Amino acid sequence: MKKLINDPRSVVDEALEGVALAHPELLTVHRDPAFIARAQGATSGKVALVSGGGSGHEPLHGGFVGFGMLDAAVPGPVFTSPTPDPIVAATKAVDGGAGVLHIVKNYTGDVLNFETAADLAEAEGIEVRSVIVNDDVAVKDSLYTAGRRGVAGTVLIEKIAGAAAERGDDLDAVTAIAERVNARVRSMGVALTAPTVPHAGEPSFTIGDDEIEIGIGIHGEPGRERIGLEPADAIVDRILGPILEDLPFESGQKVLLFVNGMGGSPLVELYIVFRRAAQVLGERGIEVARSLVGNHVTSLEMQGFSISVLALDEEMIELWDAPVQTAALRWGR
Amino acid sequence: MTENSTLGTDWALSWIRECARTVGENRSELVRLDREIGDGDHGENLDRGFTAVLQKLDASEPATPADVFKLVATTLISTVGGAAGPLFGTAFLKGSAAISGVDELDADALVAFLAAARDGVVARGKAEVGDKTMIDAWTPAVEAARSEQESGGDAHAVLSAAADAAEEGAASTEPLVARKGRASYLGERAVGHRDPGAQSSALLFRAAAETAGS
Repeated sequence: MKKLINDPRSVVDEALEGVALAHPELLTVHRDPAFIARAQGATSGKVALVSGGGSGHEPLHGGFVGFGMLDAAVPGPVFTSPTPDPIVAATKAVDGGAGVLHIVKNYTGDVLNFETAADLAEAEGIEVRSVIVNDDVAVKDSLYTAGRRGVAGTVLIEKIAGAAAERGDDLDAVTAIAERVNARVRSMGVALTAPTVPHAGEPSFTIGDDEIEIGIGIHGEPGRERIGLEPADAIVDRILGPILEDLPFESGQKVLLFVNGMGGSPLVELYIVFRRAAQVLGERGIEVARSLVGNHVTSLEMQGFSISVLALDEEMIELWDAPVQTAALRWGR
Repeated sequence: MTENSTLGTDWALSWIRECARTVGENRSELVRLDREIGDGDHGENLDRGFTAVLQKLDASEPATPADVFKLVATTLISTVGGAAGPLFGTAFLKGSAAISGVDELDADALVAFLAAARDGVVARGKAEVGDKTMIDAWTPAVEAARSEQESGGDAHAVLSAAADAAEEGAASTEPLVARKGRASYLGERAVGHRDPGAQSSALLFRAAAETAGS
């Protein structure tokens, strides 16, 4: 496996140095403990949004720190949750006196470390709420598992809740809109190849040249089934069905359609996926009112994609359209 | 092997040093177990945590067993990461609170310590016996410790009973389907593999018994 790195042990540190050098006007990279915060620090009187998780999913989360989205992001080692210390430090650094919302993907390690951090921050007098993102419909029976995983829908929650915080909503209101987006977004992913964690040196799972994994998580956790490679349209149909049936999305519903690349699939293929997904939604009378296409929640160099569909309401559309200025998403400003 | 009616700060220190040694010795075995049904970092993470604990202990002079365990707790929470850091850290934190200010731990105090630690893990991780997690080692261990204490066993007997039960509990996870943690996504594919957190828990219980009895 060829990788563009210097030393497997310094991957996250060196990438953070690069992030700091590339975007000094947007963000500051703090050290010991490591977290990324907006360049100007806390915004007085504004609810602060903090997210984080293992590295290897870039631009999630650091690429979404800036006006209209996150106030801070806490990167752990590759595919491993950060510990509570940097989460507490980030929470304290960006608290503007209006409380802090933690946006946490539903993975056991992330949830436990963020919960512990929230307890510690609250002991220091900071009001903390948490939204646990669980948009992945590939995990079927949540009673008998750790529950649905938090995947690409996280970006939509960070954008919409971030806009609500920016317009001056209080902590209850920002938490409520984050919960509402989480309740109305559904996602599912597919892997064509396996990612290789730098310090592990070998692929996270083995998959044949002619096989794909349907319902993959963002660290290569297994999905629903392993099947032979099919044309793009057939693969899209396989994952869009369970997504649409789950909410369910009804005819006449306005949606945001998000085709997310997992890191190793070119944009030209993601648009082929988008084409088919938009066709299917059209046939069902579902209106694609907003869209997002690109590599936003990646799994290192894994080839593959996920589709997320969010049932929009007028307030979400307004908040989605609101200005955002981050390294990875920018419009209106 | 001498009988010990109570265990003090010296025991707490030697237990934790033995934990660090046994985790280091079993590091690759824990990694192997975790690679089969998790993400393969359990041995690495726990070894890093206990190595940091040893450094912290060398640089401080804890006065009571509770002080030792509180230092272990905060260090594990800060250095282990993943799910194991908060879970083992919470165990030591809640356990330490249950014996706060006690200089010498008798069988009663040890049971209170273990039960509070277990309750902390349950509250944090929300797992029950049979979910194929570290609780499958912890709950039988606490129950065995309590029953030994109720029938008049001393501190060493209580810890030995807990260690035996934790080892049986760890082995009992092998045929189970996981309902918590990353292994839960594997469904039937997790059957036949021992839970790495239950296995590392059993190592810590055995270390407690061995250091209490010599």
